[in-house]
Amino acid sequence: MIIPLDLALLFFLVVIGIAALTVKDLLAAIVLLGAYSFVMATVWVQMHSPDVGFTEAAVGAGASTALMIAALSRLERWSSD
Amino acid sequence: MGIESLVSHVIEKYNYWMAVILMLIGLYGTIGKDNLIKKLIGLNIFQTAIILFFISLGDVRTGPLGEGGIAPILTEHLPWSAVEHAGNEATFIYASPLPHVLMLTAIVVSAATAAVALALIVRIYEEYGTIQEEEILTKEIERERAE
Repeated sequence: MIIPLDLALLFFLVVIGIAALTVKDLLAAIVLLGAYSFVMATVWVQMHSPDVGFTEAAVGAGASTALMIAALSRLERWSSD
Repeated sequence: MGIESLVSHVIEKYNYWMAVILMLIGLYGTIGKDNLIKKLIGLNIFQTAIILFFISLGDVRTGPLGEGGIAPILTEHLPWSAVEHAGNEATFIYASPLPHVLMLTAIVVSAATAAVALALIVRIYEEYGTIQEEEILTKEIERERAE
């Protein structure tokens, strides 16, 4: 049986999403969200929408992660849940 | 319609099921988590799940492995073009560009809302000294009693 590429990527996406919500280190959670955005960009390029994939890789994974880490430098790093 | 064709009809639409699962994960993060940054991460996951749903709507596929449509780019004059010439007219199937344009805007807006939310979280931390929602609520109640 051949597994479609985007089905494997979508399972990967679910795993990364759950991991980003469960880790207690907020820096790790933010970096996992960046990885989530990059996998999502790959899914969109695979779905024949490379423009959306480029924008997600630049804005969602790059700029958002930088903003979140900049904000986290003023906050506590560890979360209780 | 037999039960087997119904099951295969449901399984073929796995993009939508995954979008729904990601939406539920994001909803849990937004409501169930106590930390404000975790709530923001849940919101981000919810937004990308909705964008995934729209991109899936625009995609065209005729086979199980994603073959079918191409990206909405003019490929007639490219040497590697996969265009099949039927008679004199070039015919090719491409993914709908309308959801792409709409979701391009949605991605930029999601970055902007995340920036506003982070500014609010930093301000809340300066005011209360914590970003856990329970602790913020207890401090708020204590302040009201002190007044």
